[in-house]
Amino acid sequence: MKPLRDLAVGDALPDLELPPVTRTQLALFAGASGDHNPIHIDVDFARAAGHPDVFAHGMLVMAELGRLLTASFPIGALRAFSTRFAAITRVHDELTCRGTVAEIVDAGGERRATLDLSVTDRTGEIKLVGTAVVALPSS
Amino acid sequence: MVDRSAIGLTMEPFTVTAEAGRLRFFARAIGETAPVFVDETAARAAGHPGLPLPPTFLFSMELDGPEPFAFFHRLGIDFARLLHGEQSFTHHRVAHAGEPLTFTARVADVYDKKAGALTFVVRETKVTDAAGAPVADLATVLVIRNPAVREVR
Repeated sequence: MKPLRDLAVGDALPDLELPPVTRTQLALFAGASGDHNPIHIDVDFARAAGHPDVFAHGMLVMAELGRLLTASFPIGALRAFSTRFAAITRVHDELTCRGTVAEIVDAGGERRATLDLSVTDRTGEIKLVGTAVVALPSS
Repeated sequence: MVDRSAIGLTMEPFTVTAEAGRLRFFARAIGETAPVFVDETAARAAGHPGLPLPPTFLFSMELDGPEPFAFFHRLGIDFARLLHGEQSFTHHRVAHAGEPLTFTARVADVYDKKAGALTFVVRETKVTDAAGAPVADLATVLVIRNPAVREVR
């Protein structure tokens, strides 16, 4: 990727391709994140609630999307990060995180880029859409 | 069920501290391998006093309060019918392992969609440091599937 100070509207961050979602990962994330909602880790509970299987925490997918940001920007540059959870992510789904520069503005005494973000599976279904605002180095 | 009378309900503030080991566990669970998030030496070399909190980890800290599900119980929300609709973070500065952070959550809005089949609850949480200075603001949109309406459909 080009240097951050040269980032321009329309530029894409390098895609982040994730390995298939596993039940082990959902169990680890439940423990690490503190979200113990059994619907993500207990298939009996999930079925009783009308779901065919357990499914991923939305926050797991958002945290993975966060890696797209930390791969390109220092953590201290992150001003805002928001997402809408559009579809359930299931076990075995293979996700791709993408980001493009939508806008660059001066705000808060610095240059800031607004990034359009998405997470899709291999069928193209959109799991999550979002935006982030990051501070850019001064040019 | 949740209705608009819940708007303005404020939860008891609580203070929690992220431990470095927990941040390493979180990094492993999400596949984050950048040294700055898992290695204190690398974090200090990058100018941090300790491991920095990665994106979204404040949401987990909010679940680390003395009664992590008090918010849901107070509102009578059943996990089996709960979906996470939206989540946002506004950061005022980087937070780090070992730093006590205070979380104050309130119900900002409650509204229905699809003729009452879905109820949306908006929770806004302010995160402040030991000096009372703002660290971040979180907004969570929860979606509750209402069974009675679903059966009619």
